[in-house]
Amino acid sequence: MSGKTLYDKIWDAHVVQRDEDGTCLLYIDRHLVHEVTSPQAFEGLRMTGRTVRAPQRTIAVPDHNVPTTTDRENGIENEESRIQVEALDKNAREFGVNYYPVSDIRQGIVHIVGPEQGWTLPGMTVVCGDSHTATHGAFGALAHGIGTSEVEHVLATQTLIQSKSKNMKVEITGQLRPGVTAKDITLSVIGHTGTGGGTGYVIEYCGEAIRSLSMEGRMTVCNMAIEGGARAGLIAPDETTFEYVKGRPHAPKGAQFEAAMAWWKTLYSDDDAHWDKVVTIRGEDIAPVVTWGTSPEDVLPISSTVPAPEDFTGGKVEAAKRALQYMGLEAGQKLTDIKIDTVFIGSCTNGRIEDLRAAAEILKGKKIKDGMRAMVVPGSGLVRAQAEEEGLAQIFIDAGFEWRMAGCSMCLAMNPDQLSPGERCAATSNRNFEGRQGKGGRTHLMSPAMAAAAAITGHLTDVRELMSEKETA
Amino acid sequence: MEKFEKLTGIAAPMPLVNIDTDMIIPKQFLKTIKRSGLGVHAFDEMRYLDDGSENPDFVLNKPQYRDAQVIVAGDNFGCGSSREHAPWALADFGIKAVISTSFADIFYNNCFKNGMLPIVMPQEVVDVLMKDADKGSNARMTVDLERQVVTTSDGEEFTFEVDPFRKHCLLEGLDDVGLTMEKVGAIDSFEAEAAQSRPWV
Repeated sequence: MSGKTLYDKIWDAHVVQRDEDGTCLLYIDRHLVHEVTSPQAFEGLRMTGRTVRAPQRTIAVPDHNVPTTTDRENGIENEESRIQVEALDKNAREFGVNYYPVSDIRQGIVHIVGPEQGWTLPGMTVVCGDSHTATHGAFGALAHGIGTSEVEHVLATQTLIQSKSKNMKVEITGQLRPGVTAKDITLSVIGHTGTGGGTGYVIEYCGEAIRSLSMEGRMTVCNMAIEGGARAGLIAPDETTFEYVKGRPHAPKGAQFEAAMAWWKTLYSDDDAHWDKVVTIRGEDIAPVVTWGTSPEDVLPISSTVPAPEDFTGGKVEAAKRALQYMGLEAGQKLTDIKIDTVFIGSCTNGRIEDLRAAAEILKGKKIKDGMRAMVVPGSGLVRAQAEEEGLAQIFIDAGFEWRMAGCSMCLAMNPDQLSPGERCAATSNRNFEGRQGKGGRTHLMSPAMAAAAAITGHLTDVRELMSEKETA
Repeated sequence: MEKFEKLTGIAAPMPLVNIDTDMIIPKQFLKTIKRSGLGVHAFDEMRYLDDGSENPDFVLNKPQYRDAQVIVAGDNFGCGSSREHAPWALADFGIKAVISTSFADIFYNNCFKNGMLPIVMPQEVVDVLMKDADKGSNARMTVDLERQVVTTSDGEEFTFEVDPFRKHCLLEGLDDVGLTMEKVGAIDSFEAEAAQSRPWV
């Protein structure tokens, strides 16, 4: 019998009951809740007279709809948004779950708050009515998005009915070159496998380049497992993980921490584990990348040119044609010639302290291009506070960026932070779908450093050029 | 939940690949705290022009497809966010089954919770069904869950796979939460055991 993968081990530790056909009832250790996908679930509980089985394992925070302007204590102007945030407030208090309201400095994007507060720990099962729950896989936790019916199911039973996915290994060997980041890894993997490449799989990211990443970088990589089609991405916990977790408010302390460590150290894929699919990419081969189209798989190194529809096959030909039209691009155009109107730095993909540091490093002493609209939206109130303490906020403000409060903001534009039709944005978020950042808005995905570079030059830019400029200055 | 047993209806062709959940239901309609009423917003950005009028080129606006109950779609349908608003919007529009070469996992799962059947077929079968859907309202496609068969308007039959538990729940219209609540004893035992073995959780 072959060994187990990390996914197998976490799965096995959480099976409550296995049916003959292999369907399992899986226990859920942490349930994160935000305002958009939960109101119907809480309403379902009320209608059936049910309650939240484990409120102590449930964590609620509003993030999608909240304004990010500093005057937000005055309330939410949009009525529907306000009702949704108020509904979460009412539900969180009535059902007694852990809750970080907008006024709490710990409020932020649910996938940033969870790890920050130590709710996310290795070996756990973590779910949320949000596809970017994959983020928490960076801790070696089995974490994935669920629909609202499943949110209700978890609230009522603290379990999910699940069929097991297949195992996929994505290995990034060697080291990254200067200017290349976790975002470039995760986008490059999607460019390689396609947005459907991970469908039906749980991905484990491994290899030297992954090991070398900080927890922030690992979260960026796992966050976009879903854009590759995989519900969950995992990275085996190691010293970097334990160091990050230690001392967090909800992490175990003292003897409990030691006991937890003993188990966490067993959480890795055995050498003889079976993989259904393996992808290997050399870290040295990864360049700073951007997306050109309307699918996260439309990824190219910044030094490339816009592709032509005929470069593709099958249904992708039509999709590429549509994408070029939507994006207002011509085949053969150099990516670095694409002019940018707006820069958005933030989101659960790249709204953590390290992301802000990377962007500030490029922006230090520089100004954004005249007429550019640029905003930084920290992933949580605590990230914001830390960035202010480290002097990063001042660098952004001096460069001409708006320094915002925490939330999902322009990643999906459910709050007032939106693109206008035709407006072109360099974004550190995760989706470049049509209309994602506002109807008719055009999104190019990239790393925080690349977004900062575009803010300075006014067009898509190879960040390495600004870096060498800095080094030689 | 509404049962799904067998339907015969119009199928609309949507050959575009990677139709994502933002296309199916854009975020401005996620602000609802209800499940119902989203059908009018399904495919909003493709379906309506800037002035709010219907885009006559969009398939579901064409007279022959306005009452479609089946969508035959390009690869990787439903990719993107976990929003259950996507199947809610489709169901509210009147769609009961979607056929494609593949679906994003979360969307696929969400369909079953809403009495909707996603059907995975190989490319060559989807090609045949797409052609059949192209025929418009005179061509009725039949989806039979009990037999696991899709029948074209010409009577050509194609079988499909479906997880037995999900099939059972759809056929009977069973509510998952109710089923799991019956297993509360097993959940209690699991929790008691986990409290010993992983007390820090």
